[in-house]
Amino acid sequence: MKPQLPDGLVAIVKRECATCVMVDPLFTNIAASGTPLTVYTQDDPTFPASVSAIHDADLSVSWHYDIETVPTLLRIENGEEVDRTFGWSKDAWQKFTGISDLGTELPVMRPGCGSLSVDPNLEDELRVRFTSSTLHSRHVELASAEDEFESMFTRGWTDGLPVIPPTPERVLRMLTGTTRSPQDVVAIAPPNLVELTVEKIAINAVMAGALPEYLPWIITALEAVCNDEFNMHGVLATTMPVGPVIICNGPGTKAIGMNSGVNVFGQGNRANLTIGRAVQLTIRNVGGGKPGEVDRATHGNPGKLSFCFAEDEAGSPFGTLAQERGIAPQQNAVTVFAGEGPRCVVDQAARTPEQLTNSFAACLRATHHPKSVLSFDAILVVSPDHSRVYAEAGWDREKILSELYARLNIPGAELVKGALDMAEGLPAKFADRIVPKFKAGGILLAHAGGGAGLFSSIIGGWANGAMGSTPVTRPVLS
Amino acid sequence: MSAPILLDPTNESRPAQREQLTRPASVKGLTVGLLDIVKARGDVYLNRLEELFVAEGAKVLRFRKPTFTKPAPPDLRHEISIQCNVVIEALAD
Repeated sequence: MKPQLPDGLVAIVKRECATCVMVDPLFTNIAASGTPLTVYTQDDPTFPASVSAIHDADLSVSWHYDIETVPTLLRIENGEEVDRTFGWSKDAWQKFTGISDLGTELPVMRPGCGSLSVDPNLEDELRVRFTSSTLHSRHVELASAEDEFESMFTRGWTDGLPVIPPTPERVLRMLTGTTRSPQDVVAIAPPNLVELTVEKIAINAVMAGALPEYLPWIITALEAVCNDEFNMHGVLATTMPVGPVIICNGPGTKAIGMNSGVNVFGQGNRANLTIGRAVQLTIRNVGGGKPGEVDRATHGNPGKLSFCFAEDEAGSPFGTLAQERGIAPQQNAVTVFAGEGPRCVVDQAARTPEQLTNSFAACLRATHHPKSVLSFDAILVVSPDHSRVYAEAGWDREKILSELYARLNIPGAELVKGALDMAEGLPAKFADRIVPKFKAGGILLAHAGGGAGLFSSIIGGWANGAMGSTPVTRPVLS
Repeated sequence: MSAPILLDPTNESRPAQREQLTRPASVKGLTVGLLDIVKARGDVYLNRLEELFVAEGAKVLRFRKPTFTKPAPPDLRHEISIQCNVVIEALAD
């Protein structure tokens, strides 16, 4: 609980700080001026020598009043802080105390020192001391001889890879990444339809290896998948090899160090991998969705561990996926898509946009089956080497997509059952019709990948629309 | 080394334990619900089941989920629970 401070001036100091030692004699003047003065000392109870001080031994005052620098002077009126100054500034201290000749012999200005309450060696311990009551999760106490990593495997908490032990220290540190309360309910998590709190997400984010600054992205991705539109229940339960593919947009992707370039879908980037992993671990642990139980995938795909990447916005000649889906420029956003693993499109010869689009269309046609139409969406992730062809020809997103759709209107004779000697296909009545491979809006265009390589990627989707899953885009809030 | 304390990452719930109903000795006179989850050819299977149940003297009611990819809506589950004595949910592919 936040300690109550007495009205008047309150100083927070420590002996270890040279600036605090320098201002020590001034406390006598301040105390003599008639304004009540209370001094809290962080380290040495005998300091300052000039007046008696209260030892902030557990740093409760320093923590609860967010003291970052010593010395700090607070002005308290009716029990509330109304003003503060920190470090030594002759002018500021004279105005703050109303003593016009205070410290005239001292230098004009001296910076203060770091408060013990923000000492990196103490911060985690203090956060547990003062804020662990905000956590409601059950404490699991391991035996001292128990290997914590093995015990987490045994308890069924992992995705098959080791996880970071979610200690209260780590979970509270993770929660500094969001302004949301730990008990806020973010969504109802399938398949068991349980309330998903920020605290439970933070625990799973720790286990996934994420950093606090990733947490808002993880929360947003979970909000985006846990609803009827995206239908995480079905994505989990299906026998098809799909999972949530998470595409991140906005300047925040750079701020948290996400990869949109070389090996964009691969290993090596902590943010990409742990954001996606945290989403899947949360569905597993909180939602209760486990392979072999509700997850009935025939093959699955390695992206079900984590499939998350940032779009290369700066290099894109056709804008961003998020903006296409209604997000304002510069707004951080997450788009989720029920998708399989990426498939490479190789075209090292196309030098015109028409040639390149022909290749993309031919490969897109094979999504799931060359004779399957309208049931599945796809993301086409265009690489920088390929997007250059479009940029040089002046093709924008609208032009690229309209040319793709035009090439994916397929004669029904190629699609009906038995055609091409394949049993799969449409009923015979479609033989004389032209049928589009994708429904309107069924091709999502994104830009990512390394700067060398005349390859792009197709990420095939799952049952689309109200029957299955619809992509969802949400702004990322802190 | 002190024993580490971990925070439980699960939903901490325990499934409710429910007694299974006794299997009826005969379906004669009972109302049997057949829930089609709308996977391809599920209706073929259920049509045959309906014939067999009717032949055994049962009354058959047919129900359909809106899509096989989502759980049956609560209203549909409620309807089945008040109209039927037993239910069969069919999966087909």
